Amino acid sequence: MELGEIVSVLLQGAVVTIQIVAMALPLAALMAFVFGLIRLYAPAPFKQLAIVYIEFFRGTSALIQLYWIYFVLPFFGVSIDALTAGVLALGLNIGAYGTEVVRGAIQAVPKGQYEASVALNFSASQRLVYIILPQALVNMIPPFGNLSIELVKATSLVSLITIADLTFKAKSLADMTLQVGEIFGVVLVLYFAIAQCLSLFFRYLEKRLSRGLGRGGVN
Amino acid sequence: MSQPIIEFKNVQKKFGDTTIFDGFNFRVEENEIVSIIGPSGSGKSTLLRILMTLEGIDGGYINVGGESLWHMLWNGAYVPASNKHLHKMRDQLGMVFQHFNLFPHMTVKRNITEAPMRVKGLSRQEAEKSAEELLELVGLSDKADSYPNDLSGGQKQRVGIARALAMRPSILLLDEITSALDPELVDEVLDVIRNLAKEQSFTMLLVTHEMYFAREISDRVCFFDNGNIVEEGKPEAIFTDPKETRTKAFLNAYLGQ
Repeated sequence: MELGEIVSVLLQGAVVTIQIVAMALPLAALMAFVFGLIRLYAPAPFKQLAIVYIEFFRGTSALIQLYWIYFVLPFFGVSIDALTAGVLALGLNIGAYGTEVVRGAIQAVPKGQYEASVALNFSASQRLVYIILPQALVNMIPPFGNLSIELVKATSLVSLITIADLTFKAKSLADMTLQVGEIFGVVLVLYFAIAQCLSLFFRYLEKRLSRGLGRGGVN
Repeated sequence: MSQPIIEFKNVQKKFGDTTIFDGFNFRVEENEIVSIIGPSGSGKSTLLRILMTLEGIDGGYINVGGESLWHMLWNGAYVPASNKHLHKMRDQLGMVFQHFNLFPHMTVKRNITEAPMRVKGLSRQEAEKSAEELLELVGLSDKADSYPNDLSGGQKQRVGIARALAMRPSILLLDEITSALDPELVDEVLDVIRNLAKEQSFTMLLVTHEMYFAREISDRVCFFDNGNIVEEGKPEAIFTDPKETRTKAFLNAYLGQ
């Protein structure tokens, strides 16, 4: 098989991988913020719930979570198509790690900021939205960048539940042609390219958000 | 004596096993300027932080402007204050912090306008006009669009003062506002407070290690040690003729007399 053909088949897989990332990443971010804030500010029973979510999804294998959602849940009457199952498993898994990022970043905002905002009589929600979160967001960006790259790499798991992502295409091409060197070489480059795009995006975000904070991130 | 604007009655405060106040009584009259001096760890800052509602109390009562700060009347009984009550009470109070605590993600102007707009509901125009006047008062009109991290310590603290004043508090709490500054920057901050004290009627409660400043500006100086006022009086009396041994020892150590 010509290299051009290999690349074009693998690119189709890459598009699916990017789609999964594009859907799982917002889900992960949503979970991270919702459960991160619950973990910090909600009444005890909700906090417990958040801890159960975090510890369960961090403490078990992402692949097994994926199998559960795709293969086991149907036995309980919940059938989910492969793509949704993949997005759910990855979003919930990475989101659990993100929860701790959100919590850590908020707690890292100096206490004096909270005190000044109390002294100026901001309400609790105003303190969070206008004073604490804008500063915490900057702290979150680098670890979020890390997690998003983790997510890109974890998407290869969805090839095991029949989704024709980059890894799936690569394996089937390799089985067919045995040109493993070329195929897995191209796959490496493509995963790397996707990860680089995210990396650049987060660096840009960090620079924009840290205006005035006197810590401009890496250039 | 008229009704005091601040009154501590039998206040108890503990941090874990450490007792800060054990039956503390204290009062400040309206428009009085009171300096609190004393060794570190004696509870001076805690006193201000309790007033600013940054720390709760374990017993006793505090009145601010004739109303209980940490308690409210509910069905004829005093119960712990709700957030709403605290919000109302904080309206009278402003605080300037030792470490400035400016909001680093906002320009100087927004540091000053943010709370008046969001908390008091001032229009942008009103808030900015007031911010301009305050920046002029503290001599920083040219820094309105700078970020706090681009300012010197003295400039930061002057913004801190302007930010507190923008909320129009009737009581200003100053917590060691020059302690984190290089010596050559202290005066520019103290000058602002001097002018405030001269030109406006304010109740000011300051915790300070600037003895000469305390002497110059205060109506009353309180020497504070171990959670209690050991000695208080007119500045001249405290500084030139202290009665208590502990006051003498402290002033000797501080002023090298």
